Amino acid sequence: MIRTALLVAGKDLRIEARSRVLLWQVVPFGVMALLLSGLALGPSHAGNSDAAPGLFYLVVVLVTLLMINRSVSIERRPGTWASVATLGLDPAGVFLGKALALAVELWLTAVVLLVGAVLFLHTTLHGTVVAIPSVVETLAALAAAGTLYGGLSAGGAASTLLPLVALPAFAPLLIAGERSFVAALHGGALWEWWVIVTVALAAYVAVGILLYGVLEES
Amino acid sequence: MKTLVNRLLGPVTILSLALTVWLGLWVTPPDRVQGNWARLVYVHPAVAWVALYLSFGTAAIASALYLWPRTRAAVMDRVAHCAMEVSVVFIALTLITGSLWGRPTWGVWWVWDARLTSTAVLGVLALGYLALRRATDDTGQRARRGAVYVLLAAINVPIVHFSVLWWKTLHQNATVFTANRTLTIHGIMAWTLLLSFVSFSLAFAWLLRARYRLEVAREGATDRVVERALDERRREGAF
Repeated sequence: MIRTALLVAGKDLRIEARSRVLLWQVVPFGVMALLLSGLALGPSHAGNSDAAPGLFYLVVVLVTLLMINRSVSIERRPGTWASVATLGLDPAGVFLGKALALAVELWLTAVVLLVGAVLFLHTTLHGTVVAIPSVVETLAALAAAGTLYGGLSAGGAASTLLPLVALPAFAPLLIAGERSFVAALHGGALWEWWVIVTVALAAYVAVGILLYGVLEES
Repeated sequence: MKTLVNRLLGPVTILSLALTVWLGLWVTPPDRVQGNWARLVYVHPAVAWVALYLSFGTAAIASALYLWPRTRAAVMDRVAHCAMEVSVVFIALTLITGSLWGRPTWGVWWVWDARLTSTAVLGVLALGYLALRRATDDTGQRARRGAVYVLLAAINVPIVHFSVLWWKTLHQNATVFTANRTLTIHGIMAWTLLLSFVSFSLAFAWLLRARYRLEVAREGATDRVVERALDERRREGAF
């Protein structure tokens, strides 16, 4: 399973590295969305770091939706899907691989967005660095959940359903991530939020390992 | 026995609901602080119980049984689908009755409280399930995706349940049973509350049964239409 996961993750990451979609499309979109969020708040509030964690995760969720669509569309192209199916790969490994690749892409994007948060939204450097472990974990949970929801809404008319089916599921993760970011910036119960994200991550990974095969039957 | 239960379910549900209304509106006394608004306690918690635990629980169990190869059957998919539809209705009722109660007690129809928000999120998840089912015509694919989706959505039920403890916002904690399992409601009010849970649970069973029968009839009608169309094509081919 781990071997398959590494194989699939390597394949997805190589495709991203060669196509440069992450670098030239997704990351600039994220930075643009962060700037627009600051503009929407107005000059007097954009520099107030209280709003920064919420804006950061708002942008992250938009970027995540883009990346899930991309991750699913790589697999569902005519011919590719049939080829992957005939390889007889362990579905749990495929799920873990795709989730890992998505997580790596999200982590890379988050580095840029966190720098943006420090520069444009005036979060403290120390608080932002303290928030990094919780951001890493929240994005991993988003990647696991996103891979599952991407599989659910893959193909045909269902593909436009991704935001509707995924966003409500992302909401608790986003709230927990935002709260832990706020706790890292201003002090507070960082651990409580971390526990919630850890439980969610474990739940999504467990469900993915158990049920991704059912989605692949589709 | 089965026929008897089927025949009695509707009348018993109506009687039970009528008794709840009578006890809740005329027999039980108003609350010292909230006055008559407190009578919503005989509706709101019971409706939420059905929305969150009974219907989502039924859908989750049916979905798990559908995904288990030994118990995979169309009946499980139908039960899950019908339970989720009923769940949408009860989640809407939960939010509406909660909003009606919130206006006089909190001063607002809606507040960004953890329990309210997580319940609304669960409602959108339930709607997402219905939308996902409509997005594909392949019955097998629809059932498999729906089953996985329900199990994923069910992860949010404990989040809704514990939201009042984790986020500590406006919605109160459990007030019927306190943390040390002490009952804080007594006498006729306690019995009416208990009856309301029974009544709305019966209403759920009744609605689920009616929706299930409708679904079976719909599937049968669809099959007949398809068969008639095929026969027509065959006859066209024969001439």
